[in-house]
Amino acid sequence: MATKVQGGGKSGGIGRFSQDEKRRDSDHVSFLRHKRFRWLWIALALSCASIAGYLMIDQQPRPNGGTWYGYTLGTIGVGLILWLSLLGVRKRRINPGAWSLKAWTSAHVYLGLSLVVVGTLHTGFQIGWNVHTLAYVLMLLVIATGIYGVVVYATLPASLSANRKEMTRAQMLDALTAIDRQLETAAQPLARAEADLVIAALGQDVFHGGVLARLTGHYPRCATAKALRGMGTASEAEMRVVALLEKRRDQLAQIRGALRIRAALEIWLFVHIPLTIALIAALAAHVVSVFYYW
Amino acid sequence: MAFLIRTIDFTAAGREIVRDRVIGKTSLTVGRAAECDIHLPDLAVEQRHVRIDTLVDGTLTVAALGTLGFGLDGRVVTEGHIDPRTGGEIALGAARLAIAREGDGRTIITIRQIVPDEGKGDALRGFALASVLPSKRAMSWVFAGAILLLLLAIPVTSHLLRSPAKPDPTGKTPGVVMLDSAWTSGELSLKHHDLEDNCESCHVAAFESVRDETCIGCHKDTGNHAPMPRLAKGAPALTPGDALQWRIAESLGKEGRLGCVSCHSEHEGPVRTQAGSGSFCSDCHNTLDTRLTDTSLANAHDFGKGHPQFRPVYYASFGAAKPVRAAAGTSPVERSGLVFPHDVHMNARGGAARMAVNLRQYGKPLECSDCHALTADKISFKPVKMEDSCEGCHSLVSGRGVGGFTRLRHGDVKDLAEDLARITTGTRRSIGPARQRPGQIGSAAPAYAADFGRPVRAYIGLSNALSAGGLCTECHLPTRGPTGQADLMPVNLPDRFLTSGYFNHEAHRKQECTDCHAADTSKAASDLLIPDLKSCRECHLGATAVKTKKIVPSDCAMCHAYHLPAGQWQPKGPAPHYKPPPLPTKTTVAARVAQAKP
Repeated sequence: MATKVQGGGKSGGIGRFSQDEKRRDSDHVSFLRHKRFRWLWIALALSCASIAGYLMIDQQPRPNGGTWYGYTLGTIGVGLILWLSLLGVRKRRINPGAWSLKAWTSAHVYLGLSLVVVGTLHTGFQIGWNVHTLAYVLMLLVIATGIYGVVVYATLPASLSANRKEMTRAQMLDALTAIDRQLETAAQPLARAEADLVIAALGQDVFHGGVLARLTGHYPRCATAKALRGMGTASEAEMRVVALLEKRRDQLAQIRGALRIRAALEIWLFVHIPLTIALIAALAAHVVSVFYYW
Repeated sequence: MAFLIRTIDFTAAGREIVRDRVIGKTSLTVGRAAECDIHLPDLAVEQRHVRIDTLVDGTLTVAALGTLGFGLDGRVVTEGHIDPRTGGEIALGAARLAIAREGDGRTIITIRQIVPDEGKGDALRGFALASVLPSKRAMSWVFAGAILLLLLAIPVTSHLLRSPAKPDPTGKTPGVVMLDSAWTSGELSLKHHDLEDNCESCHVAAFESVRDETCIGCHKDTGNHAPMPRLAKGAPALTPGDALQWRIAESLGKEGRLGCVSCHSEHEGPVRTQAGSGSFCSDCHNTLDTRLTDTSLANAHDFGKGHPQFRPVYYASFGAAKPVRAAAGTSPVERSGLVFPHDVHMNARGGAARMAVNLRQYGKPLECSDCHALTADKISFKPVKMEDSCEGCHSLVSGRGVGGFTRLRHGDVKDLAEDLARITTGTRRSIGPARQRPGQIGSAAPAYAADFGRPVRAYIGLSNALSAGGLCTECHLPTRGPTGQADLMPVNLPDRFLTSGYFNHEAHRKQECTDCHAADTSKAASDLLIPDLKSCRECHLGATAVKTKKIVPSDCAMCHAYHLPAGQWQPKGPAPHYKPPPLPTKTTVAARVAQAKP
C-alpha cells in the first residue's frame, strides 16, 4: 500500500484517507442501498428487457417456454437460480477478493426479485398441474419468503434489542434461575396443592412450546400462569410466592418476547432454504423432462 | 433490625452444613476482606464488594462499593433495590445470597455456593428457532428427494423399462409410463385428447423429438404438400436467426422445418389445431417462381392483391380422355359433347318455363336446383341424371306396355338399339276371333303371332334417332363409331372444375346462382360458366382487409388446404378437420318423428 501511495503522487495521502473513509462509510450502508442501488438498477434493466422482448418478439404459435425466447428466458432463469442459491456457499467462504459479501447479498435480493419477471414470462402464463408449474410455484414461494426475510431483517432487530432491556440471553436465563431458587425457598410453607403448582411451574422447560407458540407468543399451557391462577393470597407465604411467580411470569414474558422476535426472524429461512433445494430438484426434473419428452 | 445470615456448605461427602448467625446491624458489607460482615473467600469477589443498607420501610438497598457490579436477580448492576417480602438474590462470584423476610420480621440472607453452570451454552441454543423445528438440511433432503424420485426417477425408469407398443389411435390404451402425466406442458388438442394418458405413444424414444414416422403411423392418408425435395427447394432461405435456431434444434434431434411438429405444435390446450396463417403460405408462394423455376404455379400472396386467375379444369376436345387446365386469362370453350342452351331453360317466359309450369313435378319455371343437386361436401354438384332432370320434358316414352308406358333406356346406344327393335316386335292383336266355333277345334285365331319384322325398320328408327334432327340430337352431338355406324359423342364433364381450392356452395346460399354463373345468358353448352377471380373479389379480399358488411377478409385456408389430398379446413363447428362436414341434421319435430318411424 505504501508504494501505491507514493505512486499516487500529490493526492496519495489524501487518496488513502478518502479510501479509508469510503470503506468506513460503506460499512454502514445496508446491503439494500449498496453502491447506490447498483443491483436494483441491474435487476430493473433485466426485468424491463425481458418484458420488452416478450412484447416485441413474435413467438409462434404462442409465447411459452418452448419458443427460442422461452428457452432464452429459461436459461437466464436457471442460471440465476443456481447462482442465487450459491449465496449460502459464498457466505461461508471468507476469502479476499473483489467480491464483497454485501455486494453478493445485494445482488441476491434484487436479482432474486427480477426472477419473478423472468420466470413468469418464461411460463408464458401457462399454468397447470405439472412439474413445470411446481418449479414455478416453488420459485415464487422461495422469493416470497426471501422478501419476508428482507423485511424482517430490516425491521425486527430494533425490537429485539428493545426487548432485551440491556440483558443478554444468558442473563435472562440466570434471572429466571435466581427467581426459581427463591421460589423454591419461599414455597416451603405451602400446602400440598399449592406446592404442586409451584413444582409444575419450576419443572416446566423455559423453552416449552412449539413453533406456533413461539411465533404467536401464546402459551396456553404455561405452568407459571396456571400456578398464578391457582395460588391463593391467604397467608403471607402465599402472597410471597405469588409475588415471586409474578416476577417469574414477567421474566418468562421477556424471554418469550425474545423467542417470538427471534422466531419471526428465523422462520423464513426454514422455508427459504428447503424450498430452494426442492426448487433445484424440481428444476432438474423440469429441464430433464422437457428434453426427455422433447 | 437484624440480619440472620445462614450459610449452607457441603461436605466432601455431599452432606449439607447449615450455620446460622445473627448480625444486629442495619447495614452489612460483603466482600473478600476478612473484616466484611459477610466474608466470601472467592477471588472473583472484591475486597469490599457491596454494601446492604436497610431503609426505614424495611426494604434494602444494595450498592457496589467498587467499580465492579454484582448480579441482582440475574442482571448485572452496580446498585439495586430489594424488598425482602418478595425477596431477591445477589450473585457474587460463585456465591448466591438469597434475601427473604422471616416470619418474625428478621431479614434472612441465605448464602450458598453454586456449581459453575457449564451447560449454559447449550441452554442458550433454546433461543434459536432450530430447537423446535426439523433441520433445514433434513427438510431439504426430504423435499428434493421426493421430487426427484416421483417426478424424475419413476417416469424415466418406467419409460426405459417398458416394452414399446404400437401407438393406438383410438386412445383407449392407457400409457404404461408411470407419473409422466406430471411432465405434460399443457393439454393436448381436441383431436389428440384421447392420447392424454399415453405420452409414450408420441414420445417414443428418450431425448428424441417426436418423429414424422410416429405421426404418419396413424395419419396414413395425410399427403405431402409437394414432394419433400421440391418443398425444400421452394422454401425461402432462412434468416440468420432462424437458421441458427434450426441448426441448434437439428443438432438436438429435431427433424427440421419440414417435419410435422414444426407446424403442428401440440400441448397448447384442448382447442382445435389452427390453420396456418396467410404469411405461412406466402412465405413460399409469394416468390415461388424464383426458386422453383420449373413450376407451373403462379405466385400468390394475398387474395385481394396477389392471386392468379382461376384455371378451371375442362375438356378441351370432344371425347378427350383427360380434362386440361385452362390457361390463365383465356376464355375456354368446353367440349362436353352436350347440346344444352342454359338460357332457353332458364328463361322464365320461354317454352321450357311454360312446359315446366304445366308439369306436376315442377309447377313453376325451372330453377337451377331442379337439375343441379349439391354433393354431401357442399363443394361440387352431383352429375345431372337425364332420367331425373330432363325426362320430364324430353320424354323417351316409346309405347304402351304391360302396366304402363314403355320407354327407351338412356345412357347407352346399344340399349337404345334394343329398345327400338322391340317397338316393332311387341304383342300384336289377333287377326281372327278369339273364341272357337263349336265342333271346329282350332278355329280360334292364334293368341300370339310373332313378327320380328324386317330388320331394316329398326335400323331406320335407330338411324333417325341418332342422326341430326333425331330424338337424341336434341341434346347430344351425332358422330360415327369406329366402323362407321351412327353413334353419339360421349359426354365429358369433370367432377370438379376448380381442383386446387374449395368453394363451399352452402356458405354462399344467400347468393343467386346467376350472381356468379352467367347461365341465364349462356346460349351454348360450350360456355364454361366458372366465375373468374374478379367476381369473387367483389366480396372476398385478403386476410388483412377490413371486414365490412360486404367485404369478407379471406385467408388462404378459406379455400386451400395444405396437405394433399385433403378436404377443406373448417374454421367453425365440430372437430372434423380436413374432412367434409357431416350433413346437417334436421331438427324440426316433424323430421324427428319421421326419423323415428321405421
